[in-house]
Amino acid sequence: MSAKMKIMIPCDEANHVCDKTQYKEANLWEMIILNIHLIYCRACRKYTKNNTKLTNIIKTSNVDCLDDDCKEKMKEEFNQALKEQSI
Amino acid sequence: MPDHKIDPNKWIDLYSDYLFNYTITRVSDREIAQDLVQDTFFAGLKSMKNFKGEASERTWLISILKRKIIDHYRKINSNKGKAEVRMSYNSDTESEGDWLEERVADPFDKTAEDTLQNEELGNAILNCLSKLPKKQAHVFKMKTIQGFETEVICNELNITASNLWVIIHRARTAMADCLKENWF
Repeated sequence: MSAKMKIMIPCDEANHVCDKTQYKEANLWEMIILNIHLIYCRACRKYTKNNTKLTNIIKTSNVDCLDDDCKEKMKEEFNQALKEQSI
Repeated sequence: MPDHKIDPNKWIDLYSDYLFNYTITRVSDREIAQDLVQDTFFAGLKSMKNFKGEASERTWLISILKRKIIDHYRKINSNKGKAEVRMSYNSDTESEGDWLEERVADPFDKTAEDTLQNEELGNAILNCLSKLPKKQAHVFKMKTIQGFETEVICNELNITASNLWVIIHRARTAMADCLKENWF
Protein backbone atom coordinates (compact mmCIF):
# COMPACT_ATOMS: atom_id res chain seq x y z
CA MET A 1 0.00 0.00 0.00
CA SER A 2 1.22 3.51 -0.63
CA ALA A 3 2.32 5.73 2.22
CA LYS A 4 -0.88 7.65 2.44
CA MET A 5 -3.87 5.46 2.87
CA LYS A 6 -6.38 6.22 0.22
CA ILE A 7 -10.00 5.37 0.70
CA MET A 8 -10.88 5.71 -2.95
CA ILE A 9 -8.93 3.61 -5.41
CA PRO A 10 -9.11 3.47 -9.19
CA CYS A 11 -10.73 0.50 -10.88
CA ASP A 12 -7.56 -1.18 -12.10
CA GLU A 13 -6.25 -1.25 -8.57
CA ALA A 14 -9.52 -2.66 -7.33
CA ASN A 15 -9.38 -5.41 -9.91
CA HIS A 16 -5.85 -6.21 -8.89
CA VAL A 17 -6.93 -6.58 -5.28
CA CYS A 18 -9.84 -8.68 -6.40
CA ASP A 19 -7.50 -11.03 -8.23
CA LYS A 20 -5.38 -11.28 -5.15
CA THR A 21 -8.38 -12.11 -2.99
CA GLN A 22 -9.11 -15.09 -5.21
CA TYR A 23 -5.84 -16.60 -4.06
CA LYS A 24 -6.22 -15.37 -0.49
CA GLU A 25 -3.23 -13.08 -0.84
CA ALA A 26 -4.84 -9.75 -0.13
CA ASN A 27 -4.47 -8.25 3.32
CA LEU A 28 -7.25 -6.89 5.47
CA TRP A 29 -6.79 -3.25 4.49
CA GLU A 30 -6.86 -4.09 0.81
CA MET A 31 -10.05 -6.05 1.23
CA ILE A 32 -11.72 -3.19 3.09
CA ILE A 33 -10.69 -0.78 0.34
CA LEU A 34 -11.95 -3.16 -2.30
CA ASN A 35 -15.31 -3.44 -0.64
CA ILE A 36 -15.61 0.31 -0.33
CA HIS A 37 -14.84 0.56 -4.02
CA LEU A 38 -17.44 -2.05 -4.83
CA ILE A 39 -20.13 0.00 -3.11
CA TYR A 40 -20.01 2.69 -5.75
CA CYS A 41 -18.55 0.94 -8.79
CA ARG A 42 -20.89 -1.23 -10.75
CA ALA A 43 -18.38 -2.52 -13.31
CA CYS A 44 -16.08 -3.79 -10.62
CA ARG A 45 -18.96 -5.44 -8.82
CA LYS A 46 -19.61 -7.40 -11.97
CA TYR A 47 -15.97 -8.30 -12.38
CA THR A 48 -15.71 -9.45 -8.78
CA LYS A 49 -18.82 -11.55 -9.13
CA ASN A 50 -17.53 -13.30 -12.23
CA ASN A 51 -14.11 -13.74 -10.74
CA THR A 52 -15.47 -15.40 -7.63
CA LYS A 53 -17.62 -17.63 -9.76
CA LEU A 54 -14.62 -18.67 -11.80
CA THR A 55 -12.72 -19.61 -8.67
CA ASN A 56 -15.62 -21.64 -7.35
CA ILE A 57 -16.14 -23.39 -10.65
CA ILE A 58 -12.53 -24.43 -10.85
CA LYS A 59 -12.65 -25.64 -7.29
CA THR A 60 -15.73 -27.77 -7.80
CA SER A 61 -14.53 -29.25 -11.06
CA ASN A 62 -11.42 -30.80 -9.50
CA VAL A 63 -9.46 -30.08 -12.62
CA ASP A 64 -6.07 -31.62 -12.37
CA CYS A 65 -3.05 -31.39 -14.56
CA LEU A 66 0.39 -32.83 -14.85
CA ASP A 67 3.24 -30.93 -13.30
CA ASP A 68 6.01 -29.66 -15.48
CA ASP A 69 8.67 -32.07 -14.29
CA CYS A 70 6.91 -35.21 -15.35
CA LYS A 71 5.76 -33.55 -18.53
CA GLU A 72 9.39 -32.86 -19.39
CA LYS A 73 10.29 -36.44 -18.58
CA MET A 74 7.48 -37.68 -20.73
CA LYS A 75 8.64 -35.48 -23.56
CA GLU A 76 12.16 -36.82 -23.37
CA GLU A 77 11.09 -40.42 -23.52
CA PHE A 78 8.62 -39.66 -26.22
CA ASN A 79 11.15 -37.87 -28.36
CA GLN A 80 13.44 -40.84 -28.07
CA ALA A 81 10.69 -43.13 -29.24
CA LEU A 82 9.96 -40.71 -32.03
CA LYS A 83 13.54 -40.88 -33.22
CA GLU A 84 13.56 -44.64 -33.18
CA GLN A 85 10.36 -44.64 -35.12
CA SER A 86 11.75 -42.44 -37.87
CA ILE A 87 14.93 -44.48 -38.27
CA MET B 1 -14.46 -32.96 -45.18
CA PRO B 2 -11.47 -31.39 -43.53
CA ASP B 3 -8.60 -33.76 -43.32
CA HIS B 4 -6.84 -33.86 -39.99
CA LYS B 5 -3.12 -34.13 -39.97
CA ILE B 6 -1.12 -35.91 -37.36
CA ASP B 7 1.88 -34.33 -35.73
CA PRO B 8 3.26 -36.22 -32.75
CA ASN B 9 5.78 -33.53 -31.87
CA LYS B 10 3.13 -31.37 -30.29
CA TRP B 11 1.08 -34.07 -28.64
CA ILE B 12 2.40 -33.68 -25.14
CA ASP B 13 2.07 -29.92 -25.11
CA LEU B 14 -1.39 -29.96 -26.54
CA TYR B 15 -3.14 -32.98 -25.16
CA SER B 16 -1.38 -34.30 -22.05
CA ASP B 17 -3.49 -32.26 -19.65
CA TYR B 18 -6.71 -33.16 -21.36
CA LEU B 19 -5.88 -36.84 -21.43
CA PHE B 20 -4.63 -36.76 -17.87
CA ASN B 21 -7.80 -35.13 -16.65
CA TYR B 22 -9.83 -37.70 -18.53
CA THR B 23 -7.88 -40.51 -16.92
CA ILE B 24 -7.82 -39.17 -13.39
CA THR B 25 -11.62 -39.16 -13.20
CA ARG B 26 -11.56 -42.82 -14.06
CA VAL B 27 -8.65 -44.32 -12.18
CA SER B 28 -8.23 -41.78 -9.35
CA ASP B 29 -4.54 -42.37 -8.89
CA ARG B 30 -2.03 -39.87 -10.20
CA GLU B 31 0.77 -42.34 -10.82
CA ILE B 32 -1.36 -44.78 -12.72
CA ALA B 33 -3.04 -42.02 -14.69
CA GLN B 34 0.32 -40.64 -15.70
CA ASP B 35 1.52 -44.04 -16.85
CA LEU B 36 -1.63 -44.59 -18.84
CA VAL B 37 -1.29 -41.25 -20.60
CA GLN B 38 2.28 -42.03 -21.48
CA ASP B 39 1.31 -45.46 -22.76
CA THR B 40 -1.32 -43.82 -24.88
CA PHE B 41 1.19 -41.52 -26.52
CA PHE B 42 3.47 -44.43 -27.29
CA ALA B 43 0.64 -46.50 -28.65
CA GLY B 44 -0.48 -43.59 -30.75
CA LEU B 45 3.00 -43.23 -32.14
CA LYS B 46 3.16 -46.87 -33.05
CA SER B 47 -0.14 -46.94 -34.85
CA MET B 48 0.22 -43.58 -36.51
CA LYS B 49 -0.26 -45.20 -39.90
CA ASN B 50 -3.74 -46.25 -38.93
CA PHE B 51 -4.81 -42.68 -38.33
CA LYS B 52 -7.26 -41.97 -41.09
CA GLY B 53 -7.78 -38.30 -40.45
CA GLU B 54 -11.50 -38.65 -39.99
CA ALA B 55 -11.47 -37.53 -36.39
CA SER B 56 -9.32 -34.94 -34.72
CA GLU B 57 -6.08 -36.03 -33.14
CA ARG B 58 -7.49 -35.58 -29.68
CA THR B 59 -10.50 -37.78 -30.29
CA TRP B 60 -8.25 -40.41 -31.74
CA LEU B 61 -5.93 -40.33 -28.75
CA ILE B 62 -8.87 -40.49 -26.37
CA SER B 63 -10.12 -43.61 -28.07
CA ILE B 64 -6.73 -45.22 -27.52
CA LEU B 65 -6.72 -44.06 -23.95
CA LYS B 66 -10.13 -45.61 -23.33
CA ARG B 67 -8.75 -48.99 -24.36
CA LYS B 68 -5.76 -48.48 -22.10
CA ILE B 69 -7.97 -47.74 -19.13
CA ILE B 70 -10.08 -50.82 -19.77
CA ASP B 71 -6.93 -52.92 -20.06
CA HIS B 72 -5.70 -51.47 -16.80
CA TYR B 73 -8.85 -52.55 -14.98
CA ARG B 74 -8.71 -55.98 -16.54
CA LYS B 75 -5.17 -56.40 -15.34
CA ILE B 76 -5.72 -55.41 -11.73
CA ASN B 77 -8.86 -57.45 -11.59
CA SER B 78 -7.29 -60.62 -12.81
CA ASN B 79 -4.56 -60.54 -10.18
CA LYS B 80 -6.60 -59.33 -7.31
CA GLY B 81 -9.94 -60.83 -8.17
CA LYS B 82 -8.67 -64.37 -7.79
CA ALA B 83 -7.13 -63.86 -4.39
CA GLU B 84 -9.93 -61.83 -2.98
CA VAL B 85 -12.57 -63.45 -0.84
CA ARG B 86 -15.83 -61.80 -1.60
CA MET B 87 -18.13 -61.30 1.35
CA SER B 88 -21.59 -60.05 0.98
CA TYR B 89 -23.21 -58.42 3.93
CA ASN B 90 -26.71 -59.15 2.85
CA SER B 91 -26.65 -62.77 1.82
CA ASP B 92 -30.39 -63.22 2.03
CA THR B 93 -32.61 -60.50 0.79
CA GLU B 94 -35.09 -60.83 3.63
CA SER B 95 -32.89 -59.55 6.42
CA GLU B 96 -32.33 -55.90 7.11
CA GLY B 97 -28.81 -54.48 6.91
CA ASP B 98 -26.56 -55.19 9.85
CA TRP B 99 -26.18 -51.51 10.45
CA LEU B 100 -28.87 -49.00 10.00
CA GLU B 101 -26.48 -46.61 8.27
CA GLU B 102 -26.04 -48.97 5.40
CA ARG B 103 -29.68 -48.74 4.54
CA VAL B 104 -30.07 -44.99 4.50
CA ALA B 105 -29.31 -42.94 1.44
CA ASP B 106 -26.39 -40.65 1.99
CA PRO B 107 -27.31 -37.14 0.84
CA PHE B 108 -23.66 -36.16 0.60
CA ASP B 109 -22.84 -39.08 -1.57
CA LYS B 110 -22.05 -38.09 -5.12
CA THR B 111 -24.42 -39.38 -7.71
CA ALA B 112 -23.34 -40.41 -11.16
CA GLU B 113 -24.91 -37.26 -12.51
CA ASP B 114 -22.77 -35.05 -10.33
CA THR B 115 -19.57 -36.69 -11.38
CA LEU B 116 -20.61 -36.57 -14.99
CA GLN B 117 -21.24 -32.87 -14.75
CA ASN B 118 -17.95 -32.41 -13.00
CA GLU B 119 -16.15 -34.16 -15.78
CA GLU B 120 -17.82 -32.06 -18.45
CA LEU B 121 -16.98 -28.94 -16.51
CA GLY B 122 -13.38 -30.04 -16.25
CA ASN B 123 -13.23 -30.56 -19.97
CA ALA B 124 -14.81 -27.19 -20.60
CA ILE B 125 -12.21 -25.53 -18.40
CA LEU B 126 -9.36 -27.28 -20.19
CA ASN B 127 -10.84 -26.35 -23.54
CA CYS B 128 -10.95 -22.71 -22.56
CA LEU B 129 -7.47 -22.95 -21.16
CA SER B 130 -6.16 -24.25 -24.46
CA LYS B 131 -7.58 -21.19 -26.19
CA LEU B 132 -5.50 -18.81 -24.08
CA PRO B 133 -2.07 -17.66 -25.20
CA LYS B 134 0.56 -20.12 -24.10
CA LYS B 135 2.16 -18.03 -21.42
CA GLN B 136 -1.13 -16.99 -19.84
CA ALA B 137 -2.34 -20.56 -19.78
CA HIS B 138 0.88 -21.70 -18.17
CA VAL B 139 0.82 -19.11 -15.42
CA PHE B 140 -2.88 -19.56 -14.79
CA LYS B 141 -2.47 -23.30 -14.51
CA MET B 142 0.42 -23.05 -12.10
CA LYS B 143 -1.34 -20.51 -9.94
CA THR B 144 -4.91 -21.71 -9.92
CA ILE B 145 -4.85 -25.43 -10.47
CA GLN B 146 -1.53 -26.43 -9.02
CA GLY B 147 -1.68 -23.75 -6.35
CA PHE B 148 1.91 -22.53 -6.38
CA GLU B 149 2.93 -19.46 -4.39
CA THR B 150 3.42 -16.22 -6.27
CA GLU B 151 7.11 -16.09 -5.47
CA VAL B 152 7.75 -19.60 -6.69
CA ILE B 153 6.18 -18.88 -10.06
CA CYS B 154 8.02 -15.58 -10.37
CA ASN B 155 11.34 -17.23 -9.71
CA GLU B 156 10.70 -20.09 -12.04
CA LEU B 157 9.48 -18.04 -14.98
CA ASN B 158 11.72 -15.08 -14.26
CA ILE B 159 9.01 -12.43 -14.12
CA THR B 160 8.12 -9.77 -11.60
CA ALA B 161 5.16 -10.04 -9.27
CA SER B 162 3.25 -7.21 -10.92
CA ASN B 163 3.89 -8.81 -14.28
CA LEU B 164 2.44 -12.03 -12.95
CA TRP B 165 -0.69 -10.32 -11.67
CA VAL B 166 -1.26 -8.68 -15.02
CA ILE B 167 -1.01 -12.05 -16.74
CA ILE B 168 -3.34 -13.58 -14.18
CA HIS B 169 -5.82 -10.77 -14.64
CA ARG B 170 -5.90 -11.19 -18.41
CA ALA B 171 -6.18 -14.94 -18.12
CA ARG B 172 -9.02 -14.70 -15.62
CA THR B 173 -10.96 -12.28 -17.79
CA ALA B 174 -10.53 -14.48 -20.83
CA MET B 175 -11.48 -17.60 -18.91
CA ALA B 176 -14.59 -15.95 -17.49
CA ASP B 177 -15.63 -14.86 -20.97
CA CYS B 178 -15.03 -18.28 -22.39
CA LEU B 179 -16.86 -20.14 -19.66
CA LYS B 180 -19.71 -17.67 -19.52
CA GLU B 181 -21.52 -19.17 -22.45
CA ASN B 182 -22.06 -22.54 -20.88
CA TRP B 183 -21.26 -22.61 -17.22
CA PHE B 184 -22.01 -19.35 -15.52
